[in-house]
Amino acid sequence: MKNNNKFRLDIWGFITLFVILLYVLFLLYPMGYLIRQSVFDGSTGEFTLANFAKFFSKSYYFNTLFNSFKISIAATILSLLIGTPLAYLFAVYKIRGKSFLSILIVVASMSAPFIGAYSWILLLGRSGVITTFFKNMGIALPDIYGFGGIVLVMTLQLFPLVFLYARGALKNIDNSLIEAAGNLGCSGVKCFLKVVVPLIMPTLLAAGLLVFMRSFADFGTPMLIGEGYRTFPVVLYNEFINEVGGNDGFAAAIAVIAIVITTVVFLIQKYVSNRKSFSLNALHPMEEREAKGAVRWMVHIFSYLVIGIAVLPQCYVIYTSFKNTEGKIFVDGYSLSSYATAFGKLGKSIQNTIIIPILALVVIILLAVLIAYLVVRRRNFLTNITDILSMIPYIVPGTVLGIALLVGFNKPPVLISGTMLIMVVALVIRRLPYTIRSSVAILQQIPMSIEEAAISLGATKMKAFFRITVPMMQAGIVSGAILSWVTMISELSTAIILYTGRTKTLTVAIYTEVIRGNYGTAAALSTILTLLTVASLLLFNKLNGGKDLSL
Amino acid sequence: MSRIIIKNAVKKYGENTVIPDLSAEIEDGELFTLLGPSGCGKTTLLRMIAGFNSIEGGDFYFNETRINDMDPSKRNIGMVFQNYAIFPNLSVRNNVAFGLKNRKIEKEKIKTETDKYLNLMQIMEYAERMPSQLSGGQQQRIALARALVITPDVLLMDEPLSNLDAKLRMEMRTVIRHTQKSVGITTVYVTHDQEEAMAISDRIAVMKDGVIQHIGKPKDIYQRPKNVFVATFIGRTNMVPARIEKGELIFADGYREQIDALRQAEDQEVICSIRPEEFVICKEGSDGIKGTVKEFVYLGLNTHYYIDTDAGETVEIIEESSLKEELKEGQSVLLKVKKEKINVFNQTGEQNLVRSEAYEKQ
Repeated sequence: MKNNNKFRLDIWGFITLFVILLYVLFLLYPMGYLIRQSVFDGSTGEFTLANFAKFFSKSYYFNTLFNSFKISIAATILSLLIGTPLAYLFAVYKIRGKSFLSILIVVASMSAPFIGAYSWILLLGRSGVITTFFKNMGIALPDIYGFGGIVLVMTLQLFPLVFLYARGALKNIDNSLIEAAGNLGCSGVKCFLKVVVPLIMPTLLAAGLLVFMRSFADFGTPMLIGEGYRTFPVVLYNEFINEVGGNDGFAAAIAVIAIVITTVVFLIQKYVSNRKSFSLNALHPMEEREAKGAVRWMVHIFSYLVIGIAVLPQCYVIYTSFKNTEGKIFVDGYSLSSYATAFGKLGKSIQNTIIIPILALVVIILLAVLIAYLVVRRRNFLTNITDILSMIPYIVPGTVLGIALLVGFNKPPVLISGTMLIMVVALVIRRLPYTIRSSVAILQQIPMSIEEAAISLGATKMKAFFRITVPMMQAGIVSGAILSWVTMISELSTAIILYTGRTKTLTVAIYTEVIRGNYGTAAALSTILTLLTVASLLLFNKLNGGKDLSL
Repeated sequence: MSRIIIKNAVKKYGENTVIPDLSAEIEDGELFTLLGPSGCGKTTLLRMIAGFNSIEGGDFYFNETRINDMDPSKRNIGMVFQNYAIFPNLSVRNNVAFGLKNRKIEKEKIKTETDKYLNLMQIMEYAERMPSQLSGGQQQRIALARALVITPDVLLMDEPLSNLDAKLRMEMRTVIRHTQKSVGITTVYVTHDQEEAMAISDRIAVMKDGVIQHIGKPKDIYQRPKNVFVATFIGRTNMVPARIEKGELIFADGYREQIDALRQAEDQEVICSIRPEEFVICKEGSDGIKGTVKEFVYLGLNTHYYIDTDAGETVEIIEESSLKEELKEGQSVLLKVKKEKINVFNQTGEQNLVRSEAYEKQ
């Protein structure tokens, strides 16, 4: 609305100010505190760059940056190389059991990465099932620990994201473009590389960014499977845990470096994709066709193999959860003893995993809808600020945000460290950008005149919003909420910093059980988490009427 | 029921002035149309009346009440939007009843009023359906019923027919006209379709660049347009240069006509707007603009001719088809004009010299 570009202190004006206040308190203040800590000496209070100097002068720390970059880039490239062709095959060929495979891919993408890591250790680790199997045959398999293992786990975890993004973009390519290309003598693989890939390039870049950010910020996987291979988030976590109570300026400095790096990557991606964007709208989307002969076999083998490997860790974890344990070791025979331990010792964490995300979800939905409305319908200087503020968490790694919240709020005036509130706040901040984006997209589809009609019929601004606009957004909001829910229940990197005994979540419990070597209990807890995820996704599919999910 | 009075309205988007200074009075119960090309500010003005656009200057009145700062929900207006803006989450009945529910009227009354307008717009049988199951024309009827049921002081319609196909547009045009007359409500109607405006309006305001060029009855606007823009925008016309000498109008080839209104006019170069039906083609004689038949199109009722004049222009002429044989291509003809009907503008095209003071007072 061009005419609303001035700020007015009506009800929406108050909401704008309120939202900005929330962001200042819960995002800017802790982040600012963290930055301040990184450049001021904790004991003398003087300005110093010693922390940064320490990081860049010692290769012990500095190399972790390179390690993280190597892993993120490798994982991003591999994910794109697997996810894109798979999405294309799904778009053009009829594949048996396609809808089942689609669900499996989503499940694979929605599980916590470190569960994959620990499962691969069970399969391919030093005494893993597959390793032992081959060793008995006299074949030594390559080592799973370190760089290769991290990249393997990351790729299998993240290629589904590329797949889902690419699948959505492919739906917008009009079949006539493919036919035109074929008519001009460009078909098959050539058509895919020369026509399809360039058309979905903006989407692939966006997906690539997401993969990069996630693998750069992921903490659980390198911690479990990395062994000597130290990445950035691991160092950050270790330094922070070591220095709690003392001078944590160094951890703060590492956090600041992390933010700078992700910001630069984000800006580069934005710049590149702005230059490569087209608007596509398909009247006749690509049609699936039956593949013939050898192609048919190859398509099926590729699809099933890739997806099979992606869900293998999940399946194996579920299998081991039913195995008998003796102390920490799996023994022959099956029972529910792991579940008994899980519910007995850690039942509280299951409760937390439901209560904390639900509280966060309520806040997220409310805020996302309000902010989306402000951004779309009330464009002015202050709502632009709100928009930018809400995107900051997108580029702040979870571990960093966790640390910022913890150091910012562990003494008065705001003392909420260790409470459930801080866990909720962390989830809200982390997940809000995604929900805002999807709400904005929905709202842009709803013409302004509908709301004006309500107002001209005597409804107040708030009534028009809640009686007309919100119900129209409802379907989109609900499916967005379910996706937020799924990501929140499998969240680890913030929770691991913020949890206390009372606010332990499932993922944290699984992580600590794995670290302690209680694989049986960990497997049982993972299975519960997977069940929760699958149930949520089935609900999503039902509510969304078979439409695709966007993240 | 209200008169709408607009005094010196100004609309700006930032530094960009869309409506510099606009005044108009809309009579009680009339259907007043804002007509103009896209971007002329007609929708902007309508939305200023509705309260959805801010007002940068001037005064808007409904009768004696100044509404500039009144909240849109308090102005008691009914509005019909280009895309109908039907609430997709409410049934047809609830769409129509929405405004009444906001007015805290008792349930019985809401039901009877809603029924009345559902019947009036002939959508009673769809009352319990959801809007997405209805066609464009039916949605249009819901929109109209919803706007009228609240007995608004003013009805505002923003290009309500532009999303309908040609046949439905004609039908809905009649529905709107009849409903408006029978309810007797002051209506402001925005359109870019001049035929629609002619068919539906009591009075039309032709707008260009945020300025009203001409306010008048359809007949007045067609027959005596105030300037060249209005003459060319409404209906088809040929712009033919001529000059006035000693109160006489002289065309090319020395063809002269005496026009009463021009007796006192100064000698000057002028532009004449001659509509296709205001030419008379003569096959013989010596008086007239010389031309050659370039092309003709037989359309049943009428025959259209395109004639190249010797001065190098092509004019379009419409004659009622006759039983005799049409003119041949390449045939020489002489063109005369129906002098009572044509309009003569000064060189800048801003003034119609035929509209005398006496005419304006009629």
